[in-house]
Amino acid sequence: MMIFNPDPSSVRQMPTLAPDWPGGFWWHWLLFTVIIIAFVLLLVMGYIWLERRAMGRMQARLGPNRAGPFGLLQPVADALKVMLKEDIVPVNADKIVHLLAPIIAFAPVLIIFAVVPFANGALLADLNIGIVFVVAISSISTLGVFMAGWGSSNKYSLLGAMRNVASVVSYEIPVVLSIAGVVLITGSLSMNQIVLAQEIPFILLQPLGFLIFFIGGCAEINRSPFDLLEADSEIVAGFHTEYSGMKFAMFYLVEYAEALVISALITTLFLGGWRGPILPPWLWFLVKVMVVFFVMVWTRTTLPRVRIDQLMALAWKFLFPLALLNLFITGIEILAWPTAIAWLIPVNIAVMVILVLLWSKLFKLGWGRVEV
Amino acid sequence: MGVTIAFWILAVAAILGALGVVLLRNVFRAALSLVLCFLAVAGLYVTLSADFLAAVQILVYVGAIAVLIILAIMLTRDVQRGSPGNRLQLPAFIVAALFLAIVAFAIFQTSWQLAELPPPAPTTSDLAFRLLGDGGFILPLEIAPVLLLAAIIGAIVLVREK
Repeated sequence: MMIFNPDPSSVRQMPTLAPDWPGGFWWHWLLFTVIIIAFVLLLVMGYIWLERRAMGRMQARLGPNRAGPFGLLQPVADALKVMLKEDIVPVNADKIVHLLAPIIAFAPVLIIFAVVPFANGALLADLNIGIVFVVAISSISTLGVFMAGWGSSNKYSLLGAMRNVASVVSYEIPVVLSIAGVVLITGSLSMNQIVLAQEIPFILLQPLGFLIFFIGGCAEINRSPFDLLEADSEIVAGFHTEYSGMKFAMFYLVEYAEALVISALITTLFLGGWRGPILPPWLWFLVKVMVVFFVMVWTRTTLPRVRIDQLMALAWKFLFPLALLNLFITGIEILAWPTAIAWLIPVNIAVMVILVLLWSKLFKLGWGRVEV
Repeated sequence: MGVTIAFWILAVAAILGALGVVLLRNVFRAALSLVLCFLAVAGLYVTLSADFLAAVQILVYVGAIAVLIILAIMLTRDVQRGSPGNRLQLPAFIVAALFLAIVAFAIFQTSWQLAELPPPAPTTSDLAFRLLGDGGFILPLEIAPVLLLAAIIGAIVLVREK
């Protein structure tokens, strides 16, 4: 609603290297590959530390506080520990599939960061299909979980993998529909353009879309309260039951790197990405990513784990109709008031509150009966 | 130059993946091999500047169809002991060979038109105008969802109790 199709020539303040210049292309590629790998690994360690410390505080205990100041070196110690552990492969396992699974789960997570802008134009590849690329690549991760579940030849692993595909397939729909709302406003699929279009952060123009994306994103990456694919009271540890040593560490890394992806996507799509006053852009990006993850930790410690029928019902009966309505309302708003209008913000927030309240009245799990 | 190298790597990967689907005895590994083939084909689309098509290829074929195939394999009995054998090898080979012959004939008989212009940079908006704009393919676009909806309702009716 703010800007329709911002002119690419006017918005590029930072000179980016022409991609058809061979030397420039390779330097650009090398620089951003190193940045992305370092960013993901460091922030995953930061996330693990933040999660354990914050969860400790919220559960009225201390959390890890021995290794280094404030326990900051705890993730490093953990990483060293898992690398030294013995790698155990079950006798009946499909060895190649068992080996490839953590790699196939991890690679897409890194690839997604190729299109996430850290500052204006500071991204590996400013694809003009950016967000479609993200949705497409993230669907490959499911395959890694599947391979782990199958290759382990363990019934709990397989059950965990089946639960994972059920949740991913269901939550993909509301998540993509909520992204479509943002794309409608921006008029572009490029992640950089989406950030540049956010004179007002889209969380204010798309509050319902933000809510749906946050819930759906948490469910897709199986964070608590949707972590029933590795519910330890039911199916040991789900798909990574039979993993140990470095391969287990890879899955652990994937789990937090996916949380990082969802935080970075929420930041880029709804919170204005790297934009913000005074501080440099990359710092704003980091701060926002950290805040989003803190909210995820907060919901994890607050809410109990859902059952599988509740997980499905939430996706199909609650998020899916609301996502459709959100897309419809956004379309009407763009057709009716295509220019910058501040009064749409309170209207949108009111619409969100009314719809969520209304639907939570209508939405009962089988009207009180327990059904799967 | 770079595009040529990429083409050969992707083409070899696609053919190896396709051979794996046919030759591997383990059904699950064959399905994974099919995924490799799909990914390589998506890469070929990228080298042809069809970026949106490549993303949709990954989304639909790897994200949806491959996962569906693997789910179906997981729900199949006696699949742990490898692919159950049958006597359809020869008929399957003949049908596949005939299909290959027809496709090859069609490719070599067509006089391909080469465009002088470079491909358009944002492909998505042009695509949208072709699909939804005046004189576009709006009718087929609407018929396809109706067909899919009918299929979904049919599936629900099939599995419904009572």
